Amino acid sequence: MDTKALANMFAQTEDSSLATPGMNRATIFFLIATVVGLSCGVASFIFGHEAIYNNTREVPWGMLISTYAFWAITSTGLCIYAAISHLFGGTRMAIVSNRMVWMSIICIMGAFATIGVEIASPHRMIIYNILSPNPTSNIWWMGTLYGMAVGCMIVEFFGIVTGMARIAVILGTAGAIAEVLANSCLGGVFATLPGRPYWYGGQLPIYFLTAAFLCGACATILFNWMAYKIRGNQMDEPVKKAMTSAGKAMCMVLILYSVATFWRLIMYYVGGAELGRIAAGALINGPLAINFWVMEVTIGLIIPLLLLVLSRLQNVGMMAFAGLLVLIGQFVARYDLIVAGLLVPSNLGWDNAPTYLDYVPSIFEFGVIIGSISVVLFGFLLGERVFGKVFTQKEH
Amino acid sequence: MNIKDLEKEKNEGIESLPSEERRKFLQMGLVITGVFLGGTVLSLSSVKNAKGSVSNPSSVIPVEGQYPYPKHLSMVMRQNHCVGCEKCMDACRETNHVPKGHGAWRTMIQERVTTVDAVEKQEFRPILCNHCNRPPCVRVCPTKATYKDPETGIVVMNYSKCIGCKTCMAACPYNARYFSHDKYAIDKCNFCLDTRLAAGEKETACAAACPADVRVFGDLNDKSSKIYQVLHEPDNKIWVLRPETGALPNVFYTNA
Repeated sequence: MDTKALANMFAQTEDSSLATPGMNRATIFFLIATVVGLSCGVASFIFGHEAIYNNTREVPWGMLISTYAFWAITSTGLCIYAAISHLFGGTRMAIVSNRMVWMSIICIMGAFATIGVEIASPHRMIIYNILSPNPTSNIWWMGTLYGMAVGCMIVEFFGIVTGMARIAVILGTAGAIAEVLANSCLGGVFATLPGRPYWYGGQLPIYFLTAAFLCGACATILFNWMAYKIRGNQMDEPVKKAMTSAGKAMCMVLILYSVATFWRLIMYYVGGAELGRIAAGALINGPLAINFWVMEVTIGLIIPLLLLVLSRLQNVGMMAFAGLLVLIGQFVARYDLIVAGLLVPSNLGWDNAPTYLDYVPSIFEFGVIIGSISVVLFGFLLGERVFGKVFTQKEH
Repeated sequence: MNIKDLEKEKNEGIESLPSEERRKFLQMGLVITGVFLGGTVLSLSSVKNAKGSVSNPSSVIPVEGQYPYPKHLSMVMRQNHCVGCEKCMDACRETNHVPKGHGAWRTMIQERVTTVDAVEKQEFRPILCNHCNRPPCVRVCPTKATYKDPETGIVVMNYSKCIGCKTCMAACPYNARYFSHDKYAIDKCNFCLDTRLAAGEKETACAAACPADVRVFGDLNDKSSKIYQVLHEPDNKIWVLRPETGALPNVFYTNA
């Protein structure tokens, strides 16, 4: 494809109504924020990971891993809803599915950007994931499957842009399957560690998949609302119906996720490993209690559910706000899940060890988080500007 | 035939059993065993020969004669002998060039004060990598940067393959791993495989430095070794740390 053909293709896909100074400024702002934010992570390669991040021997993972999990889970959710719409057609969400595919790719880019600066030697990962694979490692499967998923989705998106529907559907389905399997392996990374009773068990991979359905529905509503907001347009009736469908999914999964969270925590208090119970206590009445009760439960579950009921699934603005709250709650939930599993010291009962270790993310870790959020917002604006016409679909 | 009639029959004994019948019985046993063996092939463990005490699940000592490695190196801690002098820690740091700071250590002595019959008692517990038979760290490593040495069963590192994902650190039930700033990879105890055993030494640096003879190091497959005798002396109570994780550690504890 030569430059001229490429220019012609973009001429057909771009939304020139967004070529405004305000949009340009916002896009450049998020690009700069991406560079500045991720520079905090790149600094770790210069000054050493241990000097930049607040992770320790006892708490080797922290906010960067949880943010990676958050974006990866959101990407899976978006990809699943888009694939269901593309594959089976007829669903009301099909009309916004192209935007969902793009945002799924962008969210996984946010995830990769975060883990890329979290891993100490990513260059070795590229080499030895291929030359020395370990098939029993969940991390290996997760990385490989997410890599495959993003490859499939990029080709799928190319198929969408160039009108090759068959390629788009086949690759979209393959991408979604890879995303679901990768998400499952992400849950498996934690679920298969008997040394960490707070994570260990068969529930966690399903919990992560439930979270994907939740975050995917929220992101669908939020990004579509934002897409119409930046254009100052009213949503067409079919898009509004798509939002109502996504709202229904969000409502249903919110309830399922709440039930899963309830039972997950109750289990630690009916017996089982003491270390698991102490870790759960970090959320219930320990150092993560405010995170859990205020951010995860109140802001992330109860208020959004009330907002959804109040919106009657018709008020898109209110649903988008509910979606944003759920995503904030889910972001904190990933953090709590990962940190709680590591906070209980292995030498508990010896060396006057405290019940909970200290972990507060460093300013550089917050920088990387801002960088990863900026990756997603920059990708969103770029997509709307360059592929806006592809996202404004007609009814099937 | 009625079961009551059977009771009246005289016991023929096994002496008169035709050899064909015996063979059939043996064959049936082998088939059943084979089915169970098939199940173990499907197990996710990367260490095919992981052995625990199947006949006595409450025992932490592997079944005698079934140590999976030709030279099965292990350690027994005679915990009540430890006085917390920390000479083992110094010897390890010096021998294996363990950097200072950033939580880097390969062996450590834990300490606590317990009260028994209103008398305070100070207790020390040396810890290090348990070189498990079913090591969670080895299973989770995406690039096989950490693996069981096929000769000795020691869990070793190939630093050049380590991507620094730290999953092994999260997976280890014993907090035995640390991020080495010098090597820019995860590091851990390797029973001095490269620093002492390769040079023909019989003991690890920590065991050699211990003035109280706490650490008994040796080959479990060698019946004349001290470790074999301590471990298999019926009067010795043996335990391991965190047995519930199913990691089948090769560092044992006793008060013998």
